[in-house]
Amino acid sequence: MVIGERKPFDEIMKMIEGHNKIMVLGCGGCVTVCLTGGHDEVRVLSSQLRMARDKDGKPVEIIEKTIERQCDPEYIEGVQALLPEVDAILSMACGAGVNFMAETYSGMAVYPALNTTFVGGSKKEGYYVERCQTCGDCKLYFTAGICPIARCSKSLLNGPCGGSTKGKCEIDSEVDCAWQLIIDRLKSLNQMDRYEDFMAVNDWRSNRDGGPRKMIREDFQR
Amino acid sequence: MSEEYKSGSKLEKVLRAGQFAVTGECGPPRGADPEVIKKKCALLKDKADAFNITDNQTSVVRMSSIASSVIMMQEGMEPVMQMVCRDRNRIAIQSDILGGAALGVKNMLCLSGDHQKFGDHPQSKNVFDLDSIQLIHTVKKMRDEHKFLGGDEIKGAPKLFIGAAENPFADPFEIRVPRLAKKVAAGVDFIQTQCIFNLPKFEEWMKQVVDRGLHEKVYILGGVTPFKSFGMAKYMANNVPGMDVPEELLKRMKDTPKEKQAEEGINIAVETCFKLKEMKGVAGVHLMAIEWEEKVGEIAQKAGFLPRPQL
Repeated sequence: MVIGERKPFDEIMKMIEGHNKIMVLGCGGCVTVCLTGGHDEVRVLSSQLRMARDKDGKPVEIIEKTIERQCDPEYIEGVQALLPEVDAILSMACGAGVNFMAETYSGMAVYPALNTTFVGGSKKEGYYVERCQTCGDCKLYFTAGICPIARCSKSLLNGPCGGSTKGKCEIDSEVDCAWQLIIDRLKSLNQMDRYEDFMAVNDWRSNRDGGPRKMIREDFQR
Repeated sequence: MSEEYKSGSKLEKVLRAGQFAVTGECGPPRGADPEVIKKKCALLKDKADAFNITDNQTSVVRMSSIASSVIMMQEGMEPVMQMVCRDRNRIAIQSDILGGAALGVKNMLCLSGDHQKFGDHPQSKNVFDLDSIQLIHTVKKMRDEHKFLGGDEIKGAPKLFIGAAENPFADPFEIRVPRLAKKVAAGVDFIQTQCIFNLPKFEEWMKQVVDRGLHEKVYILGGVTPFKSFGMAKYMANNVPGMDVPEELLKRMKDTPKEKQAEEGINIAVETCFKLKEMKGVAGVHLMAIEWEEKVGEIAQKAGFLPRPQL
C-alpha cells in the first residue's frame, strides 16, 4: 500500500490561512489502513484546526468528509455537491489522491495534509516499512524476493557495497543491508550461483525517468 | 593478458613488468586553489607509480577529480582518476571518461561512492544510475569495443587502465571473493583494497582469490593506511563503515606513549607492507596516508619500495 504521514501541523495551518470554509477530505484506501488519512484522522485534524483557528481569533468552518478512494473518478464525483459550500479542500489522501482532486475540480484550491512517503507494508500495527520503489521492471526473481532498488541505499544491482557491516547498512545501524538479506535468502534457497550473474545496466525508462507512467487495459477502453 | 598495453600508463607498465607496484592517494582541496594540489604533489612525487585523485570522497564537495588529475599531470605525475556513481548518470559518466582521457588520464578507478548522508550535502539527490560493476563494464566497452553503452560507435576510444576497489572486510564475507570475480568478469584490470589492518582475515580472502585463480586475471594492490594516533585508530575501528581494526593493534597504539604514536603507526604500516610483499597473489600496495601525504615517502622508503622503476 501507499504510506503517508501527516504533515507538521504548522505547515497545514499555513496552507489554509485565509480560507474560512474548508473541507477536510479523508480517503478510505491505503491511508486509512496506515492510520493517517481516514475517517478517524479527518475528525482529529479537523478538531485541531478548529481549536487553533479559534484561538487565533480566525475561526474556520470545516466540512468533514471521507470518500472510498480519492484516486477514482467514481468516488471523487461524490463530493461535488458539497463544493459550493467551501473555498478549499484539505486532502488527507496520498499525493495521487490530491492530484486527482485538483485535476477534477478547477477553481478549487486543493492542499495536501499528508506527505506521501513510500510503497510498503506494515510489520505490525502502526509500524510501516518501504518495500517497493515502483521501478516498473521487477527484479525480485534474481534477488530472492528482496528488492535492492527499494532497500539498498544505493540501489546497487550487483551486490553490497563496502559499507555492509554485520548485516547493517553504512548509512544507519538500524537499516538492514538489503544485499545481506538477499545473500541470506539465496543461500537458504540454494541459489547462490545467481549472485555471480552480472546484472546489466538498468533500463530506467520503466521507472519515472521515462516520464509520468500510465497503464491501460485496452479491453476496458471500448 | 595481451601483449599490447591497454592504456600505456606507468602503473600498467610496472604491473605488467612484474614489479611490485605502489600507488598513493591525493585528495583535492575544498576550493579552487591549484597550489594545494601542487604542494601535495611535491610531497608525493616519485614516491609511488601513480596516485589516486579522489572524487568528492565522503560525499564532501571538493575540486573535481578530472581537474585535479590534470593539475597532477602538469606536475609530472600520473593520476588514477576516481569516479563514483553517486553523482553522475551514464551520460555524464561517459562524457567525463572521454574528457579525462582526452586530457591525458590513463588510469581510472570505478567506485559506487559513499552515500551522501556522510557528506556536507545530505539533502542531495543521489544518482546510482550505474553501480561500480556496471561502471567497469562501461569503461571496458568504451575502451575495447569502441562503443558507448547505448551502442553507438566511439571515434577515438579512451585508453584507460581500469581499476576498482574491493573491501575484503565488509560483510557478508563469503561473497567478497565472488564479488571480486564479478568485477573481473566485468573487465577490471587492477584492484585496490580497503585499508588492511586485520592481516589474517586479508590472508584468508587472498587465499580464496588465489584458489579461484583470480590473481592471474587482475592485479591486486593491498591497501595500507598508517595511524597518526591512537585516537585515529579508535575512530577508524568504530566509526568508519566496513573497517576492521583488530583489538591487538588498538592496544599496541594505546600502549605507545602519545609522542611516539605517529612513529608506531608508521611502523605498523611498514610491517604490513612487508607482509603484503610476501603474500601470494598480491601485486602491489596502495598507500593511503589520509591528510598525511608527507609520510608516504617514509613508508615507501622503509618498506624498500624506493626508488620506483622508471618505465
